[in-house]
Amino acid sequence: MLLTMAVELDPDRVAVTSGDEHLTYGDLLERSLAVGELLRNDGAEHVGLLDLNTSAFPVALFGAAAAGLPLAPLNYRLADDKLTEAIGRLSPIALFRGEGVASVVDVGDRDVVRATGDLLTATRAASADAEPELVDSESPAVLLFTSGTTGTPKIAVLRHRHLFSYVMSTVEFGHAGSEEAIMVSVPNYHIAGISSVLGSIFGGRRIVQLPSFTPESWVATAARERVTHAMVVPTMLGRILDVLEATGETLPALRHLSYGGGRMPIEVVERAVRMLPHVDFVNAYGLTETSSTVTILGPDDHRDAMASEDPAVRRRLGSVGRPVPSIELEIRGVDGTVVASGEIGEVYVRGEQVSGEYTSHSVVDADGWYATRDQGHQDHDGFLYLRGRADDVIVRGGENISPEEVEDVLTAHPRVRAAAVVGVPDVDWGERVEAVVVIDGELDDLESELVARVRAELRSTRVPVAFHVRDELPFNETGKLLRRAVRAELSEKAGVA
Amino acid sequence: MKVGQRLRSAVCATNVVVVRAADVTLSCGGTPVVEKLDGEPSGDLAAGHDGGTQLGKRYTHAASGLEVMCVAGGAGALSVDGEVLELKAAKSLPASD
Repeated sequence: MLLTMAVELDPDRVAVTSGDEHLTYGDLLERSLAVGELLRNDGAEHVGLLDLNTSAFPVALFGAAAAGLPLAPLNYRLADDKLTEAIGRLSPIALFRGEGVASVVDVGDRDVVRATGDLLTATRAASADAEPELVDSESPAVLLFTSGTTGTPKIAVLRHRHLFSYVMSTVEFGHAGSEEAIMVSVPNYHIAGISSVLGSIFGGRRIVQLPSFTPESWVATAARERVTHAMVVPTMLGRILDVLEATGETLPALRHLSYGGGRMPIEVVERAVRMLPHVDFVNAYGLTETSSTVTILGPDDHRDAMASEDPAVRRRLGSVGRPVPSIELEIRGVDGTVVASGEIGEVYVRGEQVSGEYTSHSVVDADGWYATRDQGHQDHDGFLYLRGRADDVIVRGGENISPEEVEDVLTAHPRVRAAAVVGVPDVDWGERVEAVVVIDGELDDLESELVARVRAELRSTRVPVAFHVRDELPFNETGKLLRRAVRAELSEKAGVA
Repeated sequence: MKVGQRLRSAVCATNVVVVRAADVTLSCGGTPVVEKLDGEPSGDLAAGHDGGTQLGKRYTHAASGLEVMCVAGGAGALSVDGEVLELKAAKSLPASD
């Protein structure tokens, strides 16, 4: 439906660019309807996509919707056995497989595997309805596997009404100028890769698909396609800035850069704002289960913070901003009541775009509130600061310790490039605080300096009792620090796990 | 009425989708909208209900909180209990993804 409207605005406008290939809104609608027909004939209950970011993705997304089936974009970086398992959970499935994907997967008798090329060459029967019926807004539109760092990944369900509400509340129809182009470099199995495509189609902004991220290809594509908008995850931005510095490229067409999907170091934000003074920066916080963005730190918030002498305002560069108008947000303590501003608790959200639902169960309460499992606090002006996952909180002798708070103190030291702080099972304390650090040079005297800093800025109970030096920390591909992996390793070593 | 539901004018080409649902009767051109229309829209627009609708614009009814978005424009105006809905001002958020 979003697409049908965009077509009515101007069917000849280019909707998607991927390499040398361009699809107009008219092409996209025609192919989506044709794919809808194809899928209805396959008799599948789910549509799978295993592909880099190409023009096949929007066709699969709208084609699945035309058939009234949910699309499950799959992570092609998973091991073959994990992928086969994931596909098995979606059987009977019609799976579209891209040329750029090397995975070898097994499917069952009732499944159909097709090349993504079929998405782009499908044609409709001459007798087809000119105007197909709208899919029921209650039906699932997208199924996304959560990263599932422990146990079996859950499958999050986003219904048409969730995505529709999200797009309605964040994007104005057809407002994009004809020169605007957004580069999508976040993989299509990530919520931002999906919401970006939906919002851009509705807004009328041309989508430039970057098949697979490298900082060099990102910069080259941004320059060639005169990209005006882009969204990146934290690990991408620093590497992009390195390339800009090395090549002298200034990306004059770029106006708007949003980032999210994980914790962004303030130093990187400051460097980006300095190197790209003509660009508006937006920090967004959202989850798969909330159909993407729930809070935004906008361009003016960035400028105010950069220009301010007031430490409270300056600090906002490390905030994820304030809730979007269609979202209600509360910080609740362990007893479930709303805490005072400045106090850390769990982030709860409510709104039409919030799904909070998995194929197995729903975690939204009777009043519509969804517990994000993220810890955070809001300042007096409502700016939200995230403090890590609720599951990562260290409980030492009854005291709750936020690992990020300690990590921030450690990484503020010029010789510490990265730090992960975790709770390791301890006979006396329940958990004790340990740190894994990536540093320049040797640990030696640095350890006592770090201990002194944590003690001075926080308190002695938060001082790590052991420091472990590593060459790198485990991150997932969207830049999230995998503290659980660190904790598992240290716990095993401690032998108390 | 529910979010995402499509409603059609019985008397003009207008189609809307519900953005925020409310327990009210929505009319277009002075005649209640329908979910399914047999044949073409027909009939006259009531006086004062001929202001038209525009593709992509949102219309709100302050008293009930109803909000709809026009997905196909037409000659009739949207109303609840005879009161013509207001055009909602465009307010785009900065793109976040």
